[in-house]
Amino acid sequence: MKRKIPLLITFLVGVIIIISEFIPHKPFGQITGELENWYLIIAGFAIILGQLSLFKVNLFKIKHRQKNWQFFIITLLSFILMVSIGIFWGTENHPGIFGNGETISNTIGTKPFDYLFDNVYQNLQATMFSLLAFFIASAAYRAFIARTLESSLLLVAAILVMLGNTSLGSALTGWLPESLSFLHLPRISEFIMKYPTTAGQRAIMIGAAFGIIGSSLRIILGIERSYLGGE
Amino acid sequence: MSENVKKKQIDRRWIFLLLFLAVAIPLIFVIGLPIETTENVRMVHGLIEQTPKGSKVIISFDYDPASKPELHPMGKALMEHCFDRDIKVIVTALWPMGVQMAEDIYSKIKDNYPDKKYGVDYVNMGYKAGGIVTIQAMGKNFRDIFPQDMNGTSIDELPILDGINNFDNLGFVFALSAGDPGIKQWVQVAHDTYGRPVSGGVTGVSAPAVIPYVNQQQQLIGLLAGLKGAAEYELLTETPGTATSGMDAQSVAHLIIIIFIVAGNINYWRNKKAEKKRGE
Amino acid sequence: MKKTILMFFLFSASLLFSQDIFFEAVDNPNDDGTAIQLRWDASNISSTKMIIERKDDGGEAKLVQKIDKAEGEYMDGEDIKPGIEYVYSFSAWDENDQLIQKVESAVFAQAQWFNSEKISLLILALIITVAILYYIYHAKIGKELYIRKIAGLESIDESVGRATEMGRPILFIPGILDLDDMQTIAGLTILGKVALKAAEYDAEIIVPVCRSMVLSTAKEVVKEAYLKAGRPDAYNPDSVFYLTDDQFGYVAGVDGIIMREKPAANFLMGAFYAESLILAETGFASGAIQTAGTAMPSQLPFFVVACDYTLIGEELFAASAYLSKEPNQLGSLKGQDLGKALFVILLTIGIVLEISGVHFLKDFLMVY
Repeated sequence: MKRKIPLLITFLVGVIIIISEFIPHKPFGQITGELENWYLIIAGFAIILGQLSLFKVNLFKIKHRQKNWQFFIITLLSFILMVSIGIFWGTENHPGIFGNGETISNTIGTKPFDYLFDNVYQNLQATMFSLLAFFIASAAYRAFIARTLESSLLLVAAILVMLGNTSLGSALTGWLPESLSFLHLPRISEFIMKYPTTAGQRAIMIGAAFGIIGSSLRIILGIERSYLGGE
Repeated sequence: MSENVKKKQIDRRWIFLLLFLAVAIPLIFVIGLPIETTENVRMVHGLIEQTPKGSKVIISFDYDPASKPELHPMGKALMEHCFDRDIKVIVTALWPMGVQMAEDIYSKIKDNYPDKKYGVDYVNMGYKAGGIVTIQAMGKNFRDIFPQDMNGTSIDELPILDGINNFDNLGFVFALSAGDPGIKQWVQVAHDTYGRPVSGGVTGVSAPAVIPYVNQQQQLIGLLAGLKGAAEYELLTETPGTATSGMDAQSVAHLIIIIFIVAGNINYWRNKKAEKKRGE
Repeated sequence: MKKTILMFFLFSASLLFSQDIFFEAVDNPNDDGTAIQLRWDASNISSTKMIIERKDDGGEAKLVQKIDKAEGEYMDGEDIKPGIEYVYSFSAWDENDQLIQKVESAVFAQAQWFNSEKISLLILALIITVAILYYIYHAKIGKELYIRKIAGLESIDESVGRATEMGRPILFIPGILDLDDMQTIAGLTILGKVALKAAEYDAEIIVPVCRSMVLSTAKEVVKEAYLKAGRPDAYNPDSVFYLTDDQFGYVAGVDGIIMREKPAANFLMGAFYAESLILAETGFASGAIQTAGTAMPSQLPFFVVACDYTLIGEELFAASAYLSKEPNQLGSLKGQDLGKALFVILLTIGIVLEISGVHFLKDFLMVY
């Protein structure tokens, strides 16, 4: 019974959503939107679970002085700080429970939450994103080796696209006459991105879409139950 | 790869250091490498140039601070271009932080356009969850979805939104998109269902998936792709900004990566030869 | 004769100066009865002001739209309810504010029970569903089904064994999207298998998650795996924990875990965006054996380059069938393959037809 009810709910909801895709008439036309709203509400409450887990795990590591326990204190303090200042003084367009915090805002130029968001959070996000540039360089150095025909093609394509996407590509082949303009690096780069790359991506997307159809049918029909835990 | 070959590879920290210098130095000492415009960017520029003065357009800010370096310059150049052509801008956001991204741009450029008034020439309707469902609902009844702007002002008190009940009276829709929901959903609804011109700007990594929409059916009218697309658009609108200055850094960084790839290949083949000799 | 010529002249003149406005209001097809399509053509008249008004069920006339184009279409979706009669009127005035013409059109808004624009989608969906069910039935009655080897899934044993030998943990990342994404569910399915192996081999497993709903499900999956392995005592509820919803905050957290805990085996199974390479490279730097799987086409190249094994696209969704070897599940894989074959045939025919200038197949298959 413990597993039969979730399976029955999955089956009914799955079938209703598939049908509602083809039936605009009420209530079918609105079902998908309604269920998405229900999901958002449940996910909103589920956030509390996540925060409790975060606290529990970090407090445990601090309490037992596990390796690098000081970093976990920073995690919890940052969390408490952002939540508190947001609740107390609000954000740019919304007041907090203690009003708009004019004194603090006048000192630092903006509300504390916005100050930390603009000057700390955004910069941390940009920092993590910029790690990609370094890792792409090290991954490219390691992986773009002409060992086989396929890896050689990958290597050549990568170099052409990289050059074509920069001013260097224009500078290197800008002198070519109109009759040879198809050899202009930006054009070659655009060709590679527009045709073989797109074709490959589409093929993967189509395969993935079929995979999703198969997986979804297995879940709706109750053939696959691993998401419930167990078999 | 054998241990010997691995050991003879450059320590990745040298790669990181050289890449850091390759990006930092051109940003400080501007080289000024020439930028050439491509067809897709010229199409975007042409769309705004051909839109009649006084038209109302939607610009949807569907990105967060992580994609700011690539999409923010596009948004700034686009808004300046629209204001220069007396095109009225209605901002929406399908990503929560898109609202702040739009406000950041507007706050930076509004002093250059003292005659442009909030509520008359520009309005920020704020963030709406729901992705494609929200866009579909906007196409049916815009005023139901956005009864007020992000400041709580009623839609009926905003002159820019007079006559805007759906997508019918819009010049075009422009989506600055870092992922999902984003430009694809705007194409599916605003163009395919309601027949409005749609264009957009995306991050470099998303571009291959979106470029197919620039086709004969004109599902997208041009596309700004990545930092290069932003720099090209800045060139066409004669508003050099962070994208233009970033192109020098991007060019040099790409060159360094290519040099490392070539060095890695030379290293690999030399070591392989040496191993073969030892084996013999 | 003179009368005939005069009549003919007058008739032609009346045609020349006739002021006919074409205006019609029709129910918007394939919707839930909350929109009306309005079409007009006033190019025969010279008007400076045109408006469309609407009367709801005998009520007052309400302005719908001011018109500035002589010819056009408009979709009225404001407060339209199915089953109610709406009377639309199109009025045109000249520069002296004289009413030139007013045309009315009455329409009932109707909700349709079937979206006829999606007929092609329905047919294809039915064909693929029937194919999958057919092969599931065939597999159930004992027919042998061949599935090719998937290196990434075969390597799970090897990876878990390596972690046990080295005494280091296994790190499993089920992607950064929520439970409503199929890739996350596929990732959790593989988590169950990996957790089962970890329980059998007595290896530690670490599962940091990005979403709260995924946290609850992942905890259940791991707990059930340990129970199934007969090792409920070995299960640590804190092995599955939440980090943050924020994309790069999560990446920073996971990178920290990789650098501190130095897992021997990393599994990155699910939906990833820009953080894919950051995770994969950090894992490579720590010396772990890495198996990744995602259906995001833009992230696959990064995984292929940085990881030891990669599940590409549908291989991720095939994992549960592949690992369980259950006939029911294997049958569904076969049905998918038939769907793909059908797709390739349609694609080829479509290309030939389009090149020949025949568009009916494209028009039939297009879904709005």
